[in-house]
Amino acid sequence: MALADQDMKAAIAATRFGLGAKPGEIAQARRDPQGFLRSQIRREGADQPPGAAMTSAQRMAEFRDYQRERREVRLEKAADPRPARSEAAPGAGVDATMMADGARAKAEARDPVKVVGNMLRQDISSDFTARAQLGAATDAAFRERWALFWANHFTVSATKAITGTVVGPFEDEAIRPNVFGRFEDLLGAAESHPAMLTYLDQIQSIGPDSQAAQFARRGGQGRFGAQLQPAVQRNLGLNENLAREIMELHTVGVNGGYSQADVTEFARAMTGLSIGGPRDAAYGVAVFREQAHEPGERTVMGVRYDQRGRAQTNAILSDLAGKPQTARFVCAKIARHFVADDPPPTLVARLEAAWTASRGDLAKVAEALIAAPEAWAPTPEKFKTPYEFVISSYRAAGGQPQGFQQFGPILTALGQKPFSAPSPKGWPEDAQSWAAPDAIVKRMQFAQAFSAAAVHDRDPKALAAEALGERLTPETAKAIARAESRPEGFALLLMSPEFQRR
Amino acid sequence: MNALMNPSRRGVLATAAGFGLTLQLLGVPALAADSALNRRKVVVVICRGGMDGLSVAPPVGDSEYRGLRGGLALDDAALPLDATFALHPQLTAVHALAKAGEARVVPAVATPDRARSHFEAQDVLETGAAGVYSTTSGWLNRAVETLSAHRKVDALSIGATAPLILRGKVQTASWSPGRGIDAQARLPGLLQDLYRNDPLLGPALARGLATEAMAKDATAGLDAVAPPAAMTRASTPGVPAPQAPFARAAAQQGRDAARTLGQSLAGFMREPGGPTVAAISLDGFDSHANQAGLLTGRLAYLDAVLDGLHQGLGPEWKDTVVVVATEFGRTARANGTGGTDHGTASTALVLGGALKPGGIVGDWPTLKQQALYENRDLAPTLDMRGLFKGVLAEHMGVDRAQLDGVVFPNSAAVKPVPGLV
Repeated sequence: MALADQDMKAAIAATRFGLGAKPGEIAQARRDPQGFLRSQIRREGADQPPGAAMTSAQRMAEFRDYQRERREVRLEKAADPRPARSEAAPGAGVDATMMADGARAKAEARDPVKVVGNMLRQDISSDFTARAQLGAATDAAFRERWALFWANHFTVSATKAITGTVVGPFEDEAIRPNVFGRFEDLLGAAESHPAMLTYLDQIQSIGPDSQAAQFARRGGQGRFGAQLQPAVQRNLGLNENLAREIMELHTVGVNGGYSQADVTEFARAMTGLSIGGPRDAAYGVAVFREQAHEPGERTVMGVRYDQRGRAQTNAILSDLAGKPQTARFVCAKIARHFVADDPPPTLVARLEAAWTASRGDLAKVAEALIAAPEAWAPTPEKFKTPYEFVISSYRAAGGQPQGFQQFGPILTALGQKPFSAPSPKGWPEDAQSWAAPDAIVKRMQFAQAFSAAAVHDRDPKALAAEALGERLTPETAKAIARAESRPEGFALLLMSPEFQRR
Repeated sequence: MNALMNPSRRGVLATAAGFGLTLQLLGVPALAADSALNRRKVVVVICRGGMDGLSVAPPVGDSEYRGLRGGLALDDAALPLDATFALHPQLTAVHALAKAGEARVVPAVATPDRARSHFEAQDVLETGAAGVYSTTSGWLNRAVETLSAHRKVDALSIGATAPLILRGKVQTASWSPGRGIDAQARLPGLLQDLYRNDPLLGPALARGLATEAMAKDATAGLDAVAPPAAMTRASTPGVPAPQAPFARAAAQQGRDAARTLGQSLAGFMREPGGPTVAAISLDGFDSHANQAGLLTGRLAYLDAVLDGLHQGLGPEWKDTVVVVATEFGRTARANGTGGTDHGTASTALVLGGALKPGGIVGDWPTLKQQALYENRDLAPTLDMRGLFKGVLAEHMGVDRAQLDGVVFPNSAAVKPVPGLV
């Protein structure tokens, strides 16, 4: 019995805490499943995806070039006497694949905008592919899942074009190095990264009484005045998007006890936090513009902040990170991600206690999760997200994706388009979101095609034992054994109730 | 591995025979005698992100509008409706319907939620509860459950993930454009067997297969529908679709894809035994910056979906009511970055051949400073639940006690809007 328990724990370590078992992984975890996971925690953070990564500054420079090209073409168009229609296209939603391939290739060759655009697209796809390759291949899959959790907690999304170019660099620069450090440091790194500053509209937020705003009101045509419409100048500059989402989604949560006034005050405090503009040497790098900062004291959630400049934001972020509401909100989210859509309150309490005792040391919280008995319940409560399903399929096959086209489109079809979470709340975690009838049919279609290409001459029964270990049910084992072909057997494994869950 | 993503369309489910299921599911049991009620259809379109009502139906006749909106004011280009209201220039199909008495503007409607949080407000919009987190099923699902006691009612959501509004006890269908199913494959049948005792996967797979079978007829004659990504935003990560010289072509493709999507939904609803209740959700309305450009694209897309639905339903449009709603409106004033921040009341649209012609639905609170909610947002004059109740009561025949207690829990004080149909 103790033996079976150990086997079950090894299977859980690899599938629930990790990203699905690779052949040999469950055997490796078996001697000490908790130690197997604990050994993956390290101060220097999560792994970097393979290959030479570009920095966000390089990406932003690329994007600036892209925009310049677009502007030039637009100017040429403006000189064209034909009546111009609106620029902003619902075509932002059109898949280029809708164009006939031949016509597209021809058009692209002559169009410099497309050439640069394609380069950017390829960069983004290769970021995502590298991340998926890391997920499929890593021996430290708990570490990777932990990093993915935080990347989703601090969602930035390619649904905004300028942000899309730096989603990969954001994860590499702001998230991965900090996931086993203090939450406060992770929070600071995430909120001040160019990806977050662009995604949540912080880059243009200007203090209404700042020097820059006053200059613009006097009719100045400087950097700030030039981009503002005269008509909107009465309420010059403030954008409260980032302030609200930091409170609602990243720290204390929507019931964390803040008001609209707190949001506005926090937004005022953060004015000045921006990125270098197109004419700056440091384009796309996070900067603090003293002259755009709203001067004066701020009061947020009952605390007065009299710091000047950037220090004011840092002080508020630090206080938010330390609030008990933040510990509660984030720990509940960790429990929901790892264990169940409706996690046991005792589990959340354990995580919260570890968080509080360590003042937000995420390595300690990870250790508490591994140590929590609630996290090892034999019944798998979590339904895999599309990304988890696809990555675990590669792991079960002992392979990894060789290119974006192999796995990017299926994620889009399943509703989890690469790097494109639908809102700042990130991807949903619950089974109800992902187990719609249409999604199950599409998972089945993926499993069928994937298996045909991946199984080769291997025995699906053996692959199933490697992928699920003690979690493999007799029903699934029987169905696989009765399959009429190897691909059919492997597809049954991937679609089995226990493989779909973790 | 190319084969993975380039499936042939060979063998797209010609019949459901390959996995001997679903014909019972598809087939309609003998219908109740009241066939008029059986034909009634309702579609809910959710626009996520906080759609700016003052751009959807700009109150160009309100003396404060221009001053508050500055550069975002639309008065010159807007499509006129009456002395106060117009429609956004991209809403041409909606405008034509309004002129024909088949579309009405609900200019100041809000859910009971006041937190200005997208996620909380969407929860309340979709659960139909008075407050957040008080129920986990959607009001449209509970409406279907209620109606199912009297007649056969099926519901369908369009999109890869199921929206909360249709989640709940009743297993509803979902569909998004895809590649069809190989009728010869054994896998669907084997899996149904494997899912026998799985309360989540069993019903979902059965329903998904049945819907795929229906999709063949429902989308017959339509061009390939754009992938679901086209329903959200930029389809290739990060980079907008090609601008000039392809801008117009791309924009047109976006509208065509949207129209096809609306037509596909209509196709399902016209199938014998097809769904009479449907939900579709469109993302991307959160316009903190560059609102004018963003809404031009999103509203063109919305207009095309509605147009496709209208055209696709053909003679059955007269039995249909469509409600377009969002989780909250936006600040009355433009913000400092060419956009607007989270607000309170917004505009809803009701459309359909079943609609009774009329002016705006609900009162107009005006944009006078003292009328604004917290000196910031358009003030609500109508509870969103009252609008939904009005449609469900008069059009779908849901009884009042169910509406007040089950579909919208503890909402007896919220009266159904009368006279919509």
